This record gives sequence, structure tokens and C-alpha cells, in this order.
Amino acid sequence: MSEHGFETLAIHAGAAPEPTTGARALPIYQTTSYVFEDADEAAALFNLQTFGNIYSRLTNPTVSALEERVATLEGGTAGVAVASGHAAQFIALHTLMSVGDEFIAANKLYGGSITQFSTTFAKMGLTCHFVDSSDPENFARALTPKVKAIFVESLANPGGVVTDLEPVARIAADAGVPLIVDNTLATPYLCRPFEWGADIVLHSATKFLGGHGNSVGGLIIDGGKFNWAAEPGKYPALTEPSPGYHGLRFYETFGDFGFAISCRAVGLRDLGPSLAPFNAFLIATGIETLPLRMQRQCESALEVARFLDGHPAIEWVSYAGLENDPHYDLARKYMPKGAGAVFTVGLKAGFEGGVKLVEGVEIFSHLANIGDAKSLVLHPASTTHRQLTPEQAAAAGAGPEVVRISVGLETVEDLIRDLDQALSE
Amino acid sequence: MSVDLAEDLAPLAYPEDLIRSILRNTRTIAMVGASGHWNRPSFFAMKYLQKKNYRVIPINPKEAGNTILGEMAYASLSEVPVEIDMVQCFRGPGAIPGIVEEAKTLSPLPKVLWMQLGVRNDEAGLEAEAAGMTVVMDRCPKIEYGRLGGEIGWLGVNTGVISSRRFKRI
Ligand SMILES: Cc1ncc(COP(=O)(O)O)c(C=O)c1O
Repeated sequence: MSEHGFETLAIHAGAAPEPTTGARALPIYQTTSYVFEDADEAAALFNLQTFGNIYSRLTNPTVSALEERVATLEGGTAGVAVASGHAAQFIALHTLMSVGDEFIAANKLYGGSITQFSTTFAKMGLTCHFVDSSDPENFARALTPKVKAIFVESLANPGGVVTDLEPVARIAADAGVPLIVDNTLATPYLCRPFEWGADIVLHSATKFLGGHGNSVGGLIIDGGKFNWAAEPGKYPALTEPSPGYHGLRFYETFGDFGFAISCRAVGLRDLGPSLAPFNAFLIATGIETLPLRMQRQCESALEVARFLDGHPAIEWVSYAGLENDPHYDLARKYMPKGAGAVFTVGLKAGFEGGVKLVEGVEIFSHLANIGDAKSLVLHPASTTHRQLTPEQAAAAGAGPEVVRISVGLETVEDLIRDLDQALSE
Repeated sequence: MSVDLAEDLAPLAYPEDLIRSILRNTRTIAMVGASGHWNRPSFFAMKYLQKKNYRVIPINPKEAGNTILGEMAYASLSEVPVEIDMVQCFRGPGAIPGIVEEAKTLSPLPKVLWMQLGVRNDEAGLEAEAAGMTVVMDRCPKIEYGRLGGEIGWLGVNTGVISSRRFKRI
């Protein structure tokens, strides 16, 4: 990371003043395409032989400001913004794998990711082995010669589960595969997975990065340290001549940001989920206040979690910020500034209790998102995790009695009062 | 010691000011290993640098006597009839000691010996430094130019540049 502090980078990275007009806010380049200087320059651009913009499915200056900002905050070499967090997972894994390849993922993931990996990826000939991530050795046990990546969430949605990144990174490095960390719930303010050995970081920017519940978006960040050429032929998208670019090799040509360029120049070009410039503007603007929001939301989450922990209607609270939580020590290690603002509680009254809580609140919003300035509640068993089998749901921390809470920026006493009235109705 | 992959050694870090001053003060680059093939990185790096007003002279025995991007190619550094500010090595680590030996015999001595992205030879680098050259290893001048000038930010690359100034200059 550069010598600047996180708060400075959150505001300035990627967004120097626009040189022609001097505009200081990030301009929204609401354009599909860019005029070429001449035919020769156009050809060089299409062949990735010079730097410049062609078409906004590939690059857009508003979007690239966001990409550089998040890459800087994570301490990576480059970023690629895409239309959603799921698109980030799709493009990143598609770049690493071909039909018949396999990867290993933690079983404690956002429910939508479990569904994406186990059904839609399977249809494309990509196999995901899910393992219980509470024992890092389970990743080593699931390795096969066809495994091309290991995937975890630093702080898992919905459960308040912290992944022990260091040993998992060691297992990935020993196996010669990249560790991909979805850092959505922690954000680089709380946790920087590259510092623990991750190779690729992904985000659903829809959540805390944007922070206001107004834009769906995703990011892929290249850590720049993985040696794609260590085993010849293992990652052909990086090391073999690219047919779409007259034999250009991404790793040879772009070095420590070759993975990001491959995700963009092949993934975005051919699969197409680019981010709209207006969404990039909103997310990049949101990031300017990320440090302040995360700090306050973590503090409030801890207060709300403490209140619920002592509430007679609540069976358990799973928040790694509570001293008695099994993930407390991991949270202290990997995210010392706070354990995030999303956690789950188990209702004594089970499924019915969960439904009653989400229907009884008046300040918390009952909806399927997290990381908004507004506080949110959700009953995963009846919504985000309902596609899963009961076993999958329970393993992912989304059993029938579970309610997920995302603490926002409202006055914390109001939040506590709101939950109290909904629980005692 | 020469290695095939720069990644096997501790990563190199060059101060931004050093790279900036090299790119500012260089006019003529002798590119050892320049290819005449339009789709090799050396060819399009040369083309890019020409657009940024550098003079790039290709050095490649296989191309000697041919013209690449309007410049006559020479078989060796010593045949170049003009003053060379920087020797840029588009060759594997094993070829670097020979290039350094030849560069040392030039008069005036080139100010910079630059090894391309993925190329690193620490021993030959020290040798060149002892002779009075500034050495950069495992970097691409095109990428560094694009990074410091902001162009590469369009690819989402972390340029490391934080500035509230209006004009970006190399
Ligand atoms: C941890 C995590 N990863 C990925 C996603 C998917 O992101 P998106 O909804 O932006 O596609 C989500 C969304 O809930 C998430 O919470």
C-alpha cells in the first residue's frame, strides 16, 4: 500500500481531477464508446497493445476510477468492476477453470453463492467441493489434481463466521492454486486478505462498499503475487496464447496484473456483465465514507448484539465481536477494528419467531440485502437460503430459527427499542 | 545468479521518483531483443514508446539491416551510431551479463540498464551498477509510463498515484 492512510486513499485513489475540465467530483462518463485517434491506434487498442478506451463493456473511465480505488484499498495490483458480486465470482472462476475442472469452497457462504457454485456452475462442467471450513485441513483433504482454486468468505454471510485465512492460504500455496477471498462483509477497512496470503479478492460492492443500498455491483481484485506459470498449462487463460488477441499471453505481457486483464479482456468481453458508469459513480462516492461507516456500524452492531444476547426471546447470538463467541479470537486476529455489522440470532420460537420478528420491526427494513446505511433484517430460511436443502441451510448458518441482522447508521437506542418491541409483541 | 522467474526472488521496489526521473531524462532507448513481429510485446512496447516521443533503436542480429517501425535494426549495441541513454533488455536473464559487458564498453556510458518485466539478474545488475549505470529489473517501461501518466488507470490498475493536481505529467 502507498504511504497514505486508508481514509485518504478511500477518497483519492483512482480519482485525480479530470484534466480537461478540472471537474473535481468523479465525472460520470455516460458513453458506450470512445473516438479513435486514427485506424492504427484503433487496431493497437483492439490488440491490447496500447492503453485507452474502446467500448464500455471493456472499460469506462468512471468504472475504472472505482476499480483503482478498491484495488488500492485492498493492496492489490488491479481491479475489474462487474455488474454484481455474482458476476465477479463467475468471471474470476471462469478465467481460472475449463470444463472438467474443480474448485473447493467453504460451506459457510452466502446462500446465493452456494447455489451458483452447486447448480449453475455444475451445468457448465465446473465442480465445486464444499468443505466444513471450521477445520482448515478440510481444504487440504479435498484437493484433487483438477482443483484450480480455493474459495472462502473472510467473514461469512449470514453467520458472523470468521475464516482462519492464514492456514487456508498456506494450503492453497502448497497446492499451487490461488486462494480467492470474498471480502464483502469485512471490506478492506476491517480485513485485508492479501496480507494473509490471499491471491484474489472479490466483492459484492452492493453491500458496504456502496453502502447506501442503491447500486448492485461487484469487483475482482488481483493480488499480483500468484505465479501462474509455475506449472505449465495449469492456467492456460493466463499463460497460453490467447486466440482472441492474436496469441498474446496475459501473464507475460501484463505481469502482476495479468489475471485482472484476462478477466476484463476475455471475461468481460465475451461474457459481458459490465458495470454501468452511474452505479460505479454511486459506489465510488459511497467508498469515500467507508471508514466512518464501518467504524460506526461495527460499534452499533456490538451494542445491538449485546442487547439481543441478553434478551429472553433469543436463544443465541452469533456475532464474532462478542467475547464469548467461538469466532472472537479469529475476529481479533483478522479484523481487529471490528467484527462487522452483520450477524445472526436464533429465536427461541423457531421459524414462527423469525417470521414474527421480521414482520414486527418498524425501523429495520425487512429485505434481502446487507451493508446499507439503513438497518435491515431477514429470515434466511424463508428467503435467501430457501433454495438450499435443510442440511445445506443449517451448515451455512441459516436454519429455520435464524434471523440475519445488518446494523445501519441510525441512532442505536432506536434500533434496540425497535427490536425489543418486535420481540415482545 | 540467473533465474527464469522473477517471482522466485524477493519482490523489487523502486521509488516512484526514480522511475519518473528515468522516463523524463531518457530520449534514446536501445531495445535489445526488439522483435519485428507486430504481435510481440517488444514490438508494441517500442511502438508505444515512439508515440511518447522516445527514439527506440532495435538491437537484434536476426533483424540487422531491416527496418522496424521506421528504425534501422543493428546486430549489437556497439554498432549503434547515436548516443544511447538507456539499454532496455527484452531478453531472458541468461543474456543479461553479455548485454552488460557490451553496454560497459559504450562511450558515453548509457545512463540506465533496464530489464523487462519478468526478467531479473541481480548479479549482472550489480555489475552494471558498479560501472555507473542505474538499473531497473522486472519492469516494463511502457507500463511504468502508462502508470505514472494515469493512462493505465483506465484498465483498473492500481497506479499508486494520489494527487489533487489537475495535470498529470511524467
Ligand atoms: C458475501 C456475498 N458474496 C456475494 C454476494 C452476491 O453479490 P450480488 O448480490 O452483488 O451479486 C452477496 C450478496 O448478498 C454476498 O453477501
